[in-house]
Amino acid sequence: MSPEFSEQTKKKIKEVISRYPRMEASLLPVLHLTQQEFGYLPEEAERAVAKMLRIKPVRVREAVTFYTMLHSQKKGKYHIQVCSNLTCSILGAEKLIDYLRNKLKIEPGETTADSKFTLSTVECLGACEAAPCMQINFDYYGNLDKKRIDSILESLD
Amino acid sequence: MKEKILTKNFGLKNSFKIDVYLEKKGYTAVRKALKEMTPEQILDEVKKANLRGRGGAGFPAGVKWSFVPDVDKPKYLCANADEGEPGTFKDRYIMAHDPHLLIEGVIITCFCVGIHHAFIYIRGEYEAVALRLEQAISEAYEKGFLGKNILKTGFKLDITVHRGAGAYICGEETGLLESLEGKRGYPRLKPPFPASIGLFQCPTVINNVETLSNVPAIILKGADWFCQQGLPGDGGTRIFGVSGMVKNPGIYELPVGTSLRDIIFKHAGGMKEGKTLKAVIPGGMSAPILRADEIDLKMDFDSLVEAKSMLGSAAIIVIDEETPILEVLKAVAKFYSHESCGQCTPCRIGTSWINKIVKRLVQGKGEQEDLKAILRLANNILGKTLCPLGDAAAMPISSIVEKFNDELESSLIQ
Ligand SMILES: Cc1cc2nc3c(=O)[nH]c(=O)nc-3n(C[C@H](O)[C@H](O)[C@H](O)COP(=O)(O)O)c2cc1C
Ligand code: SF4
Repeated sequence: MSPEFSEQTKKKIKEVISRYPRMEASLLPVLHLTQQEFGYLPEEAERAVAKMLRIKPVRVREAVTFYTMLHSQKKGKYHIQVCSNLTCSILGAEKLIDYLRNKLKIEPGETTADSKFTLSTVECLGACEAAPCMQINFDYYGNLDKKRIDSILESLD
Repeated sequence: MKEKILTKNFGLKNSFKIDVYLEKKGYTAVRKALKEMTPEQILDEVKKANLRGRGGAGFPAGVKWSFVPDVDKPKYLCANADEGEPGTFKDRYIMAHDPHLLIEGVIITCFCVGIHHAFIYIRGEYEAVALRLEQAISEAYEKGFLGKNILKTGFKLDITVHRGAGAYICGEETGLLESLEGKRGYPRLKPPFPASIGLFQCPTVINNVETLSNVPAIILKGADWFCQQGLPGDGGTRIFGVSGMVKNPGIYELPVGTSLRDIIFKHAGGMKEGKTLKAVIPGGMSAPILRADEIDLKMDFDSLVEAKSMLGSAAIIVIDEETPILEVLKAVAKFYSHESCGQCTPCRIGTSWINKIVKRLVQGKGEQEDLKAILRLANNILGKTLCPLGDAAAMPISSIVEKFNDELESSLIQ
């Protein structure tokens, strides 16, 4: 079964492909758009992308399993990605990760039962001036402490 | 007082919009380069300016451009905006606050080398910044600075923003090329160098965002002026990104050659209340660590090589006495074992083995032999891998174990 892309995404994909001298070079942007559409990259979506770009499905699988931002598995509505690299660790990231584990009752890599939150630890997010920091979906949050984490999570419905 | 080259517009309201940029005499360098200069003159000026690559390796930009052969194939430019080196966040500031400065640098570079399609490879997490860049690029098209007939000179250039998807190795230039071709970011064996065989097998220039953003000032004010802003053999300023246990973490644009002590204690406000300095990583995580008594040095490429470290991306991570050195070692070992692409055995096995040993040390189960094993493993990576990530892992790890051996020993089973 091939997944249904919305007309809008189909249009965007077509436009993105046209920016590259070779079709297969648009693989990452097309996968970003596909993941945006379905929330993750199920096998059928991988195959649909391969067909669109006229490449073998294994090429798409290779990319999906290589890049940390591409997911074969469904994530929670909010994907909390806490930096565990050096600057953030110096400024207390580990305590915050423990705090989130206890608060959400999940381990890094897991999703809450209501599918609202997925918790991950990630390498440097490139926002060290605001360490400790995290990214929720694509939004950055810096200068974190427990109180700020509480209020950020409360603001998400 | 020396001038700011890269951050001068950051404080302006809507600094990222083309109208503000134009008001501050933006795009006059493009006008000058395309209308009054030949590509050869531009190349000469950039060579004379000793503009050294800001991505890490410090290779002179003009020399790199001169390696591009004159062949009957398309040529490409890749602006490296992957910014994955831990501690580094400067390119994000340039792209978010003054995207037109980068675009202007890209246009001049492409005109100089004869390139008609440029890519900006930006790390996937910077989604908001990528959007801002795309807006800036469409403004530049509207005003005739990009497209088919730039400033009616007949010169043609397109810029495409390409988002990565989370892999440090794609910042390595050949990993970047593979990734941009729609593959895993596995670095290529060099030679051939990208200048002759790069993107889609065509000649390709790869430069860091900050490197390219210096080009407009060199065109407008000349190579001599640019060298005066820094050092004769290492021109201009650097955007130092300071993070860690300092009062005022952030970016500081200062002359190449500014003292590391001054950057930390004058510019970044010194240590946070009640904290004392233990160590500094002066050029992103790949740079060997410096002890507190080793920071009286000038921040330029050559001085740091002399100090057996590396200026790298000029990202300064400040570590205080209360942070156990084991925590630093743990973060470094974890990072490289996670980011090794796995193509070569010494790097793949070496980094993950070191990481396992360090985890054991953290659990308090380390033995004397473990520290020696880390050094041995690091030494077996050094110089024996396909891309520089291997060395980038081995060097900082060895330096931590060697310089902080006493503290590490005290964490072992007695
Ligand atoms: C593992 C690794 C990661 C790198 N990451 C980056 C990066 O994120 N950004 C960057 O500009 N250069 C990075 N580099 C350096 C590039 O390979 C290349 O030298 C640089 O982009 C060239 O531009 P420049 O001469 O203007 O510095 C990295 C190198 C290695 C070995
Ligand atoms: S040195 Fe490491 S990162 Fe570089 S190609 Fe080899 S395995 Fe990959």
